[in-house]
Formats: sequence, structure tokens, C-alpha cells
Amino acid sequence: MITLMYQANIKVTLKKTVADPQGLTIKHALDSLGYKDIDSVRAGKFFIINLKSSDKAKAEQETKEMCEKLLVNPVIEEYSFEIKEIK
Amino acid sequence: MRFGVVVFPGSNCDRDCSHVVETVIKQPCEMIWHKDSPSLAKFDALIIPGGFSYGDYLRCGAIARFSPIMKSVIDFANGGGLIIGICNGFQILLEAELLPGAMLRNKNLHFICKYVELKVEETDTPFTNKYKMGQIIRVPIAHNEGNYFIEPEGLQKLKANRQIIFRYHGENPNGAMDDIAGICNERRNVLGMMPHPERSSEAILGSEDGLGVFESILSKLSGQ
Repeated sequence: MITLMYQANIKVTLKKTVADPQGLTIKHALDSLGYKDIDSVRAGKFFIINLKSSDKAKAEQETKEMCEKLLVNPVIEEYSFEIKEIK
Repeated sequence: MRFGVVVFPGSNCDRDCSHVVETVIKQPCEMIWHKDSPSLAKFDALIIPGGFSYGDYLRCGAIARFSPIMKSVIDFANGGGLIIGICNGFQILLEAELLPGAMLRNKNLHFICKYVELKVEETDTPFTNKYKMGQIIRVPIAHNEGNYFIEPEGLQKLKANRQIIFRYHGENPNGAMDDIAGICNERRNVLGMMPHPERSSEAILGSEDGLGVFESILSKLSGQ
């Protein structure tokens, strides 16, 4: 079986219904730097995971599992990810 | 009554807890290393102490939740055993889904370390039976993520089942929803609280108001 290398770029942010005090503080800082047109800022986390897999679908499935088991707390967070093949 | 204190890498209130159990309420207490998987059957109550398990990496409690001991802890809870999670211990119980909700960073983004006032909202629990309904107690907090969050339906459920055990009184230090400082599960055998009763169980430390939590557990276990 050919094993390929994939890279998952995973973005985790607080759900829209959850207040984000960090994002709000960053927005205030940007406001004070003169960026007056900012509507809102949300802070989040970004994970880059390189993994071996036989195909892309399997890598996607595994990434989804990792998000749901550990990387994301579904009570307060939501996530999205992109997967690409890398050398 | 035999108490067990679960110790993770980064726990730092484990010895305070065992000190109160052994010296103040004078009961046997054992430390349980998170990588061991002993039978927990010999314990009458477990304490998940405060600290910074796994450096608070990813989310507070998120990694500790998968430590080998946690499977036994979850079984212990499901079997009706008494468990109290304090501060980081509360966060671990939330991540393990033994308690509902999640912790966000404190509203002011600061680590807050100070005495706060709590209102005892429920006394028919194994953890608060020695207090009076509505009693105001002084107990310290020391955390960065104590801003309790739960979806509105979840909050309604907590209220309907009388699972909110402690609320901040006067000032809400961290932005916690509905001033929540401590909750229990539906079965009332698992309690999580952000304030530290083990740091306020002796007069020499400035307050003895937290001792009631340990005395309540003892009273419940001795069938008094």
C-alpha cells in the first residue's frame, strides 16, 4: 500500500454564541491603533498536523476524529479544517 | 473513611487537600498517581485537586481527562462514589463530561488570586450538608479560566435540578454565567467548584469556611 503524507490545517474558534473576551480586547487595541472600521475580532487556535495515510478520505476521517476527541471542546468551540497532500 | 487524591503532572493543591483530610478532619488519605490504575473500590471519596495539569496546554483539563486513571474515576462516579473537583479538578471533570458546561478565560483576562464570598445555594448534597441554606462563606479563588459557560438549555436544567451549589456573592470575579462558582451532577455525587475549600479550612490560613465541604463529605459517609 502506498502511504502518502498529508497536512491538516485545523482552525478552532469559540462558537458564535460564546463571548470571546480575548477577541474583544484585541479589537479595542486595534481601535486604539486607529483601525476604526473593524466590526469584530475573534481569537482562536490553529493546529498544523502532518500525518501519514493511504488516501485523503481516510486522513480527513482521522482528522475529524482527532478534533472531536481532543482538539475541540464542542461545548464552547467549533472547528474547520483543510487537508492537502505534502511531499 | 478513606480519601484518595488524584495527582497529575502539574497538580499543586494535592498536598493541601491531603493535609486537610489527614490533619484537620483526621481521616486516612492516599495519593493516587494518574498513571497508576489501582482499584478505586477501597476509597470512599476522591478529590481531584487544583493546579495546572499538563501545563494547562490545549485547554485546562483537556489532556488530564485522558490520563489512564480517568477511566477508573469515571467508573467510580458512575458507581455513585463521591468525587470533588477543585479548580483545575473542576475543569478536568468538565472536560471528562462528568459535569456539564465548560470554562472560558476570566472576563478580565487576568489570573485572579483572592478571597471571594460564596453563597451556599443547596445543602442537600454530600458536599454542603454542614452549611446553612444561603450561608455566605469566604473562600479563596486562584484561576485564569473560571468563567463558567453553558448553553441556555443547560442552564435551565441546572436550575431545575438544583445543581448550582455555590454562587459568587456580591462581586462576580470572573464573568461566570449566572454567578456560578460550583455545580454538581444530576445524581449529586460529583461536585466541581472553582474556589479552594482546602485553602480555607484552618483559622491560621485566614478562613475556616471551606472546612464545611470536608466535614459534609465525612458526615455523609458516616451516615450522620
